[in-house]
Amino acid sequence: MTGRVIETDGLVRVFRQRRRPDFRAVDGISLRVDAGEAVGYIGPNGAGKSTTIKMLTGILVPTAGTVRVCGLDPVRQRRALSRRLGVVFGQRSQLWWDLPLRASFELLRAIHQVPPAAYRERLAHHVELLDLAPLLDLPVRQLSLGQRMRGEVTAALLHAPELLVLDEPTIGLDLVSKERLRRFLADLNAAGTTLLLTTHDLPDVERLCRRLVVVDHGHVLVDGPLDELRRRFSGTRELVVELGAPAPADRLAGLAGVDSVRVEAGGLRQRLTFRSDSTSATALIAAVAERVTVRDLAVAEPAIEDVVRQLYGEHG
Amino acid sequence: MADAPVRARLAAYRRLAGAAVRAQLAYPGSFALQCVGQALAQAGDLVAVLVLFGHITAMAGFATHEVLLMYGIAGIAFGLADGVVGQLDGLPTYIRTGALDALLLRPLSALGQLCASDIALRRLGRIATGLVVLVYALVEADITWTAPRIVLAVTAPLTGAVVLSAVWVVACSVCFWVVEGRELANSVTYGSSMFTAYPLGVFGPWLRRLMGFAVPGAFVAYFPTLALLGKPDPLGLPALLQWSSPVVAALAVLVAGGVWRLALRHYQGTGS
Amino acid sequence: MGGAARMYWLMAVAGFRRWSTYRQAAFAGLVTNIVFGFLRCAVLVTVFEGVSEGSGRVAGYDPAATFMFVWVGQGLINVVLLWGGTELAERVRSGDVAIDLVRPWNLQAALLAEDLGRAAFAVLIRFTVPMAVGLLAFDLRLPSSPLTWAVFAVGTLLAVVVSFGVRFLLNLTAFWLLDWRGTLGVYMAVSAPLAGLIVPIGMFPDWARVAIWCTPFPAMLQAPADLLIERGPAPLLLAHQLGWAVVLLLAGRVVLRRGERTLVVQGG
Repeated sequence: MTGRVIETDGLVRVFRQRRRPDFRAVDGISLRVDAGEAVGYIGPNGAGKSTTIKMLTGILVPTAGTVRVCGLDPVRQRRALSRRLGVVFGQRSQLWWDLPLRASFELLRAIHQVPPAAYRERLAHHVELLDLAPLLDLPVRQLSLGQRMRGEVTAALLHAPELLVLDEPTIGLDLVSKERLRRFLADLNAAGTTLLLTTHDLPDVERLCRRLVVVDHGHVLVDGPLDELRRRFSGTRELVVELGAPAPADRLAGLAGVDSVRVEAGGLRQRLTFRSDSTSATALIAAVAERVTVRDLAVAEPAIEDVVRQLYGEHG
Repeated sequence: MADAPVRARLAAYRRLAGAAVRAQLAYPGSFALQCVGQALAQAGDLVAVLVLFGHITAMAGFATHEVLLMYGIAGIAFGLADGVVGQLDGLPTYIRTGALDALLLRPLSALGQLCASDIALRRLGRIATGLVVLVYALVEADITWTAPRIVLAVTAPLTGAVVLSAVWVVACSVCFWVVEGRELANSVTYGSSMFTAYPLGVFGPWLRRLMGFAVPGAFVAYFPTLALLGKPDPLGLPALLQWSSPVVAALAVLVAGGVWRLALRHYQGTGS
Repeated sequence: MGGAARMYWLMAVAGFRRWSTYRQAAFAGLVTNIVFGFLRCAVLVTVFEGVSEGSGRVAGYDPAATFMFVWVGQGLINVVLLWGGTELAERVRSGDVAIDLVRPWNLQAALLAEDLGRAAFAVLIRFTVPMAVGLLAFDLRLPSSPLTWAVFAVGTLLAVVVSFGVRFLLNLTAFWLLDWRGTLGVYMAVSAPLAGLIVPIGMFPDWARVAIWCTPFPAMLQAPADLLIERGPAPLLLAHQLGWAVVLLLAGRVVLRRGERTLVVQGG
């Protein structure tokens, strides 16, 4: 359960281009992911996400740097790695288009040499959790995108990999399908499978990942726990105070670190915007409690979208 | 972690091929017609041979039955190769759509998966045409049967198929470097289908060198036919060559394996 | 009237431009045509092995005419599109054809215009390059009069129309057949020998020759090639092509109507 699942050091991938300068898709990425983590790997288009994933899964050789996944060299030990790794591509299928879903699973069982008993158990488990029973005998081409994604995820997990890499798994899915898939993946991670997720859909990250790695132009911009990132990078947060009795705006003005105060509900609710780098929420709450009678308090977290938008703005 | 035992891997390939075959048989009527189409397509060169022999008695020193013998061996060999590795023509699509990446994420050889999961059963039509002509020619041609010749008659089409398959793999590997590689590959693969059906002496020295030896088309049907007939080579090439096809086939497989590995490495980005 | 003519003209231009975007593929495909040109020349010329020196003709062909025949054929394959395409069939299968049918045009005429545009582009690369290679590498029988080139141009135009007529009908079978690959496979297999691509039809035995000329296939390749090497009466060859062009286009019209009706009945 413990141990390093992904370890890269100074990973570089250069693409030679005809009549144009070389393109450094990945330019010195060092990344460590431990067993059991759930990591969101995000960045704008062309940031180097897919190139990194190709190098982690052994499809592409790094131009420089080292990479170990599950303790293996992905390219040289590609087949050994493929037994311990599951990959889901949101925009590609690994299922057999013309065959019933069940037949695709059977083929993957043979390809990955899953013992029959383990296969039956895992399939039953997925059929139940992802509600696949009505789909098993339908040809894959007849499945909706959401149904197919459930099939894709199952297909990637039949050999019980330690690491599941997901490349835009929720792209094009409706809200209900997205939520179902996120819930399933969260449980999977809780049960011990390491997740690495690239996505443009930041709610995926908020729901699933405790750690975020943001890349752009082939570099890691930020790597850290989601909460810390919020704190570090949201310029401002908001403290919402519900008062016991109405108070004028100037009662709470001038507190250290507070930028502005907005009065609502005739003075019964006040919103204090503060900069997280100059005061902490706890200190501010204590200061507020000294001046007014507080009935209720809430600290509004900045949305991860705002964090990321700000990140790209700062570095781009 | 060791690779899965060979038997288990073979079973996996067999299942992949089985799935492909089942999908192809989904429309039996259309499938039957496709087989007929393949049989007729293979017969194109047969028509040429028969029409030409309406005007001549010998082609580059070979009588009708002797040329038909060559044609039969070449036809079966080409049908087998086309059925098993012919779908590598679809490689550019696999590369463009990323389907090749999906194959690389599995614990089996990418080439093996490509061949098994795209096996083209309709090529049985081509094989059938070749087989009918071969049996007819074996009966009609003047052959002094010996044990080695009996073995040769059975194995020559298979050896030829191995040679042509190797050629196909090498030709299609070009697709990893050249976007329109498929069209280029066709000139060698389908070109070999025509070249191998005729006596070597029909072609000029440059075509002989290129399509007969650089691409080892002469070893598919020409030399085995000479060995079966016990006929001295009209071109005066050493008699030893007549029994050398299995060796050439083995060498071709080694070369093809090397080129394919090189091509995959280029795709993965170690090359150049 | 002027508006309609302009629309079909624009379809032809669109066909030309669409295919000119596949220039790289066109050049790559040339390699195959050229290799087969060399192979066919080598095989066909064996027919003169038994012929005594001097007279040197089989079925009206001497070696120079035979070589010319081979290279014209290799050049014409992709102009007449001997091996067809399945675009329309795929649109029928997917139901997209409904969009084509509600447009204010004659679908058959529009597709023919597009195909002529495609053929015009094919002449530029797929015809001229193999001919040039043939001229450099072989002693070809060239036309004795410039008028022959004009007659050949008309013959090639008719060949494209005949080929289009057959391909249009084949694609329409998708209205009734779930899977048309079988039909197409058989067509591709028989079209090459019957059109004269593999051996000139003149070299076939009498009975076969008569039978083959009763089909539209020689109109696609054998007829224009014979026009260029000035073998056989030109008016008769052109009449054969024109006759088949009319018959096939009319048949296509009728079959398309029937197809439309099945579409209405099944609701797409």
